[in-house]
Amino acid sequence: MPPPLLGIDGDDHGHVSLMTSASTMESIFPKNAGLTERNYLGLSDSSSVDSSAVSGISDVKRSNLNLKATELRLGLPGSQSPERDPDADLVSAESLDEKPLFPLLPSKDGICSGSQKTFVSGNKRGFSDVNNKVSSCAQTTMINDAASKVVSQDQTHATFGNNNKVNTSNPPAAKAQVVGWPPVRSFRKNILATNAKTNDEVDGKPGPTALFVKVSMDGAPYLRKVDLRSYTTYQQLSSALEKMFSCFTLGQCGSQGSQSLSESKLRDLLHGSEYVLTYEDKDGDWMLVGDVPWDLFIGSCKRLKIMKGSDAIGLAPRAMEKSKNRN
Amino acid sequence: MPESNDHFTPYPDHVLENVLENVLAFLHSRRDRNAVSLVCRSWYRAEAYTRSDVFIGNCYALSPRRVTDRFTRVRSVTIKGKPRFADFSLLPVNWGAHFTPWVSGMANAYRTLEKIHLKRMSVTDDDLAAVANSFPRFKELVLVCCDGFGTAGIAAVVSRCRGLRVLELIEDEVSDDYVDWISCFPADGPTNLESLMFDCVESPINFESLENLVARSPLLKKLGLNRFVTIGQLHRLMTRAPQLTHLGTGSFSPPEQPEQHEHHENDNNRVSDYVSAFASCKSVVCLSGFREIAPEYLPAIIPVCANLSSLNLSFANINAEQLKPVIRHCHKLRVFWALDSIGDEGLQAVAETCKDLRELRVFPIDATENGEGLVSEMGLLAISIGCRKLQSILYFCQQMTNAAVVAMSKNCPDLVVFRLCIIGRFSPDHVTGEPMDEGFGAIVKNCKKLTRLAVSGLLTDRAFSYIGQYGKLVRTLSVAFAGDSDIGLKYVLEGCTNLQKLEIRDSPFGDSGLWSGLPRFYNMRFVWMSSCRVTREGCLDVARQLPRLVVEVFRRDEEEGGEKSDFVNTLYMYRSLDGPRADAPRFVNIL
Repeated sequence: MPPPLLGIDGDDHGHVSLMTSASTMESIFPKNAGLTERNYLGLSDSSSVDSSAVSGISDVKRSNLNLKATELRLGLPGSQSPERDPDADLVSAESLDEKPLFPLLPSKDGICSGSQKTFVSGNKRGFSDVNNKVSSCAQTTMINDAASKVVSQDQTHATFGNNNKVNTSNPPAAKAQVVGWPPVRSFRKNILATNAKTNDEVDGKPGPTALFVKVSMDGAPYLRKVDLRSYTTYQQLSSALEKMFSCFTLGQCGSQGSQSLSESKLRDLLHGSEYVLTYEDKDGDWMLVGDVPWDLFIGSCKRLKIMKGSDAIGLAPRAMEKSKNRN
Repeated sequence: MPESNDHFTPYPDHVLENVLENVLAFLHSRRDRNAVSLVCRSWYRAEAYTRSDVFIGNCYALSPRRVTDRFTRVRSVTIKGKPRFADFSLLPVNWGAHFTPWVSGMANAYRTLEKIHLKRMSVTDDDLAAVANSFPRFKELVLVCCDGFGTAGIAAVVSRCRGLRVLELIEDEVSDDYVDWISCFPADGPTNLESLMFDCVESPINFESLENLVARSPLLKKLGLNRFVTIGQLHRLMTRAPQLTHLGTGSFSPPEQPEQHEHHENDNNRVSDYVSAFASCKSVVCLSGFREIAPEYLPAIIPVCANLSSLNLSFANINAEQLKPVIRHCHKLRVFWALDSIGDEGLQAVAETCKDLRELRVFPIDATENGEGLVSEMGLLAISIGCRKLQSILYFCQQMTNAAVVAMSKNCPDLVVFRLCIIGRFSPDHVTGEPMDEGFGAIVKNCKKLTRLAVSGLLTDRAFSYIGQYGKLVRTLSVAFAGDSDIGLKYVLEGCTNLQKLEIRDSPFGDSGLWSGLPRFYNMRFVWMSSCRVTREGCLDVARQLPRLVVEVFRRDEEEGGEKSDFVNTLYMYRSLDGPRADAPRFVNIL
């Protein structure tokens, strides 16, 4: 059975979002382009690039190798397959309709223009429709032409012009997205992303990669947030907090000199009895930080508080009991 | 001093120069001043002596020494550094544009310096400390799109510059040094602050200090809060400073969870409370912020809408229904920035009310190429019909038609800036399938005042022939993923006689196109070409022919060797009076 070449096999619905995560390989398949139909050229014996991430990288790599071995390429003859920007496909699918593509490669016009309108009129049509109407070689050319518009910047060199000096050797790593396009400042992108993150943090639910908890300190005018996953030991956490809150203990600001002085002073304070670091666990109890193994700590810590030592008396024994109970 | 021995006494010259100096003191436009300085030596000297505001469009066009030698009595300096494409990660980090040599050069020469305005420069905390220490009369610091400094540097400035009037941090990257900088203003007595804008500072702020500061700043007119200021805190500040004219509203939402130490906050988090706060700020003409807006609070601004001339909702994820009750009051609005979440319908509402609109910017919430298109040619058309006085537009969309762009070119003849970004690269007119040539052609043809143009979508060389033919006033041109061949570039370089700044990426322009600009390059501020088809040889040729041009060649990803192609990854060239810069990093080749 000829495996599908362009598209995702089986029960997936043509979503290549999983493909794009394998960004180290050539990503050839458009997202949502509806190109889910079967291999019509029967050239490749590659397994489909499995849409399921569960199948693992090795499967994808294997099929990737096989794909390279096939003769059909999305690109000009003699060039490697272009890396595709999967995000570009929707627009490109629309643009595949369009005549203007073809003047760029006038030699191909004669073959393709007649069948161009039937090629893809929208996202939903697949290659099976096309297959019925065009010869395979013309189709190859059309795919080349069409896909030649949907390329990343490196492939642009190959498209425009006869001196195809680019991509004659190993193709550059496929990029999931073109750098700096669209021209929206990262500041602006980051801010909107931060909004989303803030909402996650409110619930105290850890994101997949970050675990933000609030840190408050008696007498400090504002809170801070720290990502517990960015530390691996209590020492690191403690140093970071010293740095963050040093300006409050002494009420100083300004030059670096005074800041480092206050850091060391805070460290002394923390290591002395004046301030202790405590945390609120999942049960709502306040415990001293440092009694339980680090992993257990980040699993149960909801928020941190730098308390005066006098307020923290009596916490330590409970922490020990709790960890015993858990064990 | 008159030389009494000299037969040809310099009296008349001195009198003339004195008169000239007095007259020139009234001359502020730098173009006029540049013209004056070319008349003769005497005028050159007089002009240099009286120029108090120096503008440097490219920090590498000349050395600091040259500036301080020529202009000796400078009060204000404006310096621009990196090329604009640095904003989109196309410039390697550590490329340059360091402020350090400038501040050290000026520290001795300009003891009376009062104002520093920087754009896209790398500024360190040490630089800021140097500013604070070197200029006893320092009054204004404006940093736009800068990086390299943090809250420690800001603290240094605010603590030592007692006469500080203006501190504006706009779209900078400010590192969090865990310094409570807002508490570092001199503690006692009223301040001279007129403008304090720190929207872009991504770290919490000591609200108590801020409130105290605002309360003792009677001259404060502009206040731009960052997203760590809640709406309740904003309310308190507004009651302290009802004289504000420009307000950056911070997060514009309540705190996530009420905190213990915020016990002094209003418990009645109701819109009506905030409405009255806005009602009492009668002078507000410019609103921005809304960084994490809770949309139900937006109607609180209605009391000031009738007087608003500028409204920036470009961080507010609101839809048309949420916008309409507010925008329909904004009859005097001249500047409107928004996210495309408001949709074509929201733009229609703008078009119906804001008849005086001069500037519109619509940013994409989803900046991916197959994202959901929330605004389209319909919104553009609606704006063109309703806002006939439009002068500047920046519009991101997923689809566009030539017809809408042509309509805008006819309806809005006053356009000076036209920047259209169709997010999908190579997108044609989505109705006709044609390239977008005719649309942009109509813009350059019909908008006779056009000085800045950014193109996108599927464009052939024909588009560039239009630009070259009609874009005689165009000074800035941005091109990406467009054109067919060198001819396109040739059209532009030969036709656009006023072109100053040319930035091109990912377009098939090569050496012969580049060479057609040889007669122009000395008259331009810079040319940027990245991922095009210029070769190293081609660039070398340009460098040889134009010795005063600094021709920088580099790869964005700093790869050395293993050249995959003969094409240069990035070409950035600019004229310079003082030769190639000494601080070029290793990966930058200057030919």
